[in-house]
Amino acid sequence: MIAGLSPNTQWVLFSTLILGMAAGLIGCLAYWKRQSLMSDALSHAALPGVVIAFALLGFKSIPGMIAGAAVSALLGFLFIQWIQSSSKIKEDTAMGIILSIFFGLGMMLLSIVNRTAGGGQSGLDSFIFGQAASMTGKDVRTMSALALAVIAAVAIGFKEWKLFLFDSDFARGLGLSGKLMNGIYMTLLILVIVIGIQAVGVILMSALLIIPPVSARYWTQSFKRMLILSALFGGGAGAAGTWISTLGKGWPTGPFIVVVSSSLFLISLVFGFQKGWLAKWRHVQAHKRQAAEPLRQNARKEESAV
Amino acid sequence: MSDLVVAGLSASYRQNKVLHDVSFRVQPGTLTAIVGPNGAGKSTLLKVMLGLHPRLSGEVSFWGAPFAQVKTRIGYVPQRGSVDWDFPTDALDVVTMGLYGKVGWLRRPKAAHREQAMAALEKMGMAGYARRQISQLSGGQQQRVFLARALVQNSDLYFLDEPLAGVDAATETAIMTTLRLLKEQGKTVMVVHHDLHTVEEYFDHVLLLNRTVVAHGGTAEAFTKDQVYRAYGGALRWTGGA
Amino acid sequence: MSYTGWILLTASLVGLTCGIVGTFLILRRMAMMADAISHSVLLGIVVAYLITRQLSGGHMLIGSIAAGLLTALLVQFLHSRGVAHDASIGVVFTTLFAAGVILIATQVGNAHLDVKHALMGEITFVPWNTVDVPWIGAVPQATLLLFIVLLIVLTVILALYKEWKITSFDPALAASLGLPVALMHYLFMTLVSVTTVASFDAVGAIMVVAMLITPAAAAYLWTERLSVMLLLSCAFGVLAAVAGYYIAVLLDTSISGSMAFAAGLVFIVSFLVSPTSGVLARRFRAPAIAEEQGR
Repeated sequence: MIAGLSPNTQWVLFSTLILGMAAGLIGCLAYWKRQSLMSDALSHAALPGVVIAFALLGFKSIPGMIAGAAVSALLGFLFIQWIQSSSKIKEDTAMGIILSIFFGLGMMLLSIVNRTAGGGQSGLDSFIFGQAASMTGKDVRTMSALALAVIAAVAIGFKEWKLFLFDSDFARGLGLSGKLMNGIYMTLLILVIVIGIQAVGVILMSALLIIPPVSARYWTQSFKRMLILSALFGGGAGAAGTWISTLGKGWPTGPFIVVVSSSLFLISLVFGFQKGWLAKWRHVQAHKRQAAEPLRQNARKEESAV
Repeated sequence: MSDLVVAGLSASYRQNKVLHDVSFRVQPGTLTAIVGPNGAGKSTLLKVMLGLHPRLSGEVSFWGAPFAQVKTRIGYVPQRGSVDWDFPTDALDVVTMGLYGKVGWLRRPKAAHREQAMAALEKMGMAGYARRQISQLSGGQQQRVFLARALVQNSDLYFLDEPLAGVDAATETAIMTTLRLLKEQGKTVMVVHHDLHTVEEYFDHVLLLNRTVVAHGGTAEAFTKDQVYRAYGGALRWTGGA
Repeated sequence: MSYTGWILLTASLVGLTCGIVGTFLILRRMAMMADAISHSVLLGIVVAYLITRQLSGGHMLIGSIAAGLLTALLVQFLHSRGVAHDASIGVVFTTLFAAGVILIATQVGNAHLDVKHALMGEITFVPWNTVDVPWIGAVPQATLLLFIVLLIVLTVILALYKEWKITSFDPALAASLGLPVALMHYLFMTLVSVTTVASFDAVGAIMVVAMLITPAAAAYLWTERLSVMLLLSCAFGVLAAVAGYYIAVLLDTSISGSMAFAAGLVFIVSFLVSPTSGVLARRFRAPAIAEEQGR
């Protein structure tokens, strides 16, 4: 792979690559469900679960923390649903409330756990901004396996996802249960968030889900290609950002992944084949030329007549 | 035997009761317009019958069975505005979606399925637009794609929600020709319709709805001046014939 | 004033300011926009610090206003180019926030500004960093800044009270009446930015979202009237801030986290027992409605 990197770093790079791909795919589903910010709310909501799992187990166990984060994020999601379905409060307000309360609770618990013996070395702080370098070989294998499972779930059900996202009423008419699809979607979303927070952190995890699909949208008009591109962008940003963060001592991983992802977005915004600036500009120029063509022919005729 | 029996159906939408004690029967081989003022519950009625919206009370049965057992025999064309046309896909792909049930879940559509979808697009005069991005189709063309998708389902009973709203004259003709053809093949078609001028020309049956059934039957009997006045609460100048 | 007195006063000022701004945030359906601005303000502060090499109130205000307006403009720009609104918010704030964190981690070091402080605030340090104000004496800098921002927010909101009301309730009508809806949108975003930055020392960037949204959402459940909602929202804000402080002292834990948690408690109580829209009230009224409909 990349010469001069330790085997552990190579493994970490590989796992953030796979993670970025999984997040890019699930991000596409969230984009077309119009739930991009839900991922932000859920990743913040995962924090108390991580801390409680650590406090209960007494040591840092990745499967335990993933379970804690999943329970906590799921609770957050159910609260958001409950608040908006049984009061006049709208979805974005409900997300803001849950996001900040859960995060506040997480910080309360974190400072209590950090105060108690051994907590300071727990590395729990790295869950805020992500510290890919702190991952062990076992963490990496767990993360990669789960991320691969997520990628497989999207690939196998590609046709069903497309139908469900484009026209869920019609899908139900064909016998594709909306409840089932929503359930799988939520499970995958929470899974990607909780396996991602150790590398990227709870605050910026949502960027990995939101930015790649928006970038991919500028290049293509096919859902399949949008998924593939989004996965490539996400995976590329994951690996490149992690690599950059290893260059400095104690640099957080999450922010670098996000900045690489944003750079890809800027490139897409300008050069994207379908909706990018250059494509639009050339489209307009072509139109102008077409509109001007008859005039020019007339002018030529007149010239030859003279 | 009736294709569709609805008995004592009630439903609410955002805590307002929009359907109250709706009962009617639909015979096979009929082309029925569902007509009523805004907020009369026309779209909700379709959604409740298709199990897309919860009902408070009442029964709906198709060929004597509940919806879940016969859903493959029923085709639904939702309102054009109910989906996001920016979704990255093309016309042929949307029509192929109508075959997903037959393709089988988790399997890929084969060339034969695409040919079937292509044939349906051709019937709707849309063959030349098969590979066109759906956001670049006109409103009428989008509606024809939706109808083509319903055609490939080859259902026995069709529900269409406002298929003629905001479409061009060519699309209106194409859609009505197709619906009449379906009827002649012995299929049953129910259409939510908003244009009172064309009810008598296009449909052989009418269901006048305003939260409950105001009148139902052959167009000549049900679609009379008095009944329409009752359905619209007098808030309408009579423009039809009869 | 005593040490605790200053802390409580500062916390209450956060509750008041956020309560006022939060009410309009909810009514204008921009809760997540506040989340976005509170994150990107970090970049504004870091850049202001890198340029001037000092963390004074004035520089921070200017930096945060610039960052807040940049966020609002970029979100608007992406949205106008066909990106879904919530996705635009997500792209913009995560990018700006990440840039801010990287600048802190690589440029600023841990000298005066560290990430955790910026995110979580450190209200216990507030009373020690004082400035002299004529006639009053030594006042903590953060408290003074919050007081000034509260005055600014109050002035802008009260002076244009009916304009805010109508642009929040029906922007289309407001535009047809000739009100500068877009200008008011950016003015409001400016208010959100200055509120955020003034609350920074006390509660930090993320918890300010809790103080902006949660008390106002709780107030929204109790009343239909804007004036009552504003007063309730302020009262809930102060309550959450003060209760949060004592919870934190009791459990010896993060003060800003406890304030967010206390705001959450206020919201949960409102959500359950509010006489008009609480879950319990609905449950008890539901059979009555069903009965009525059954007849």
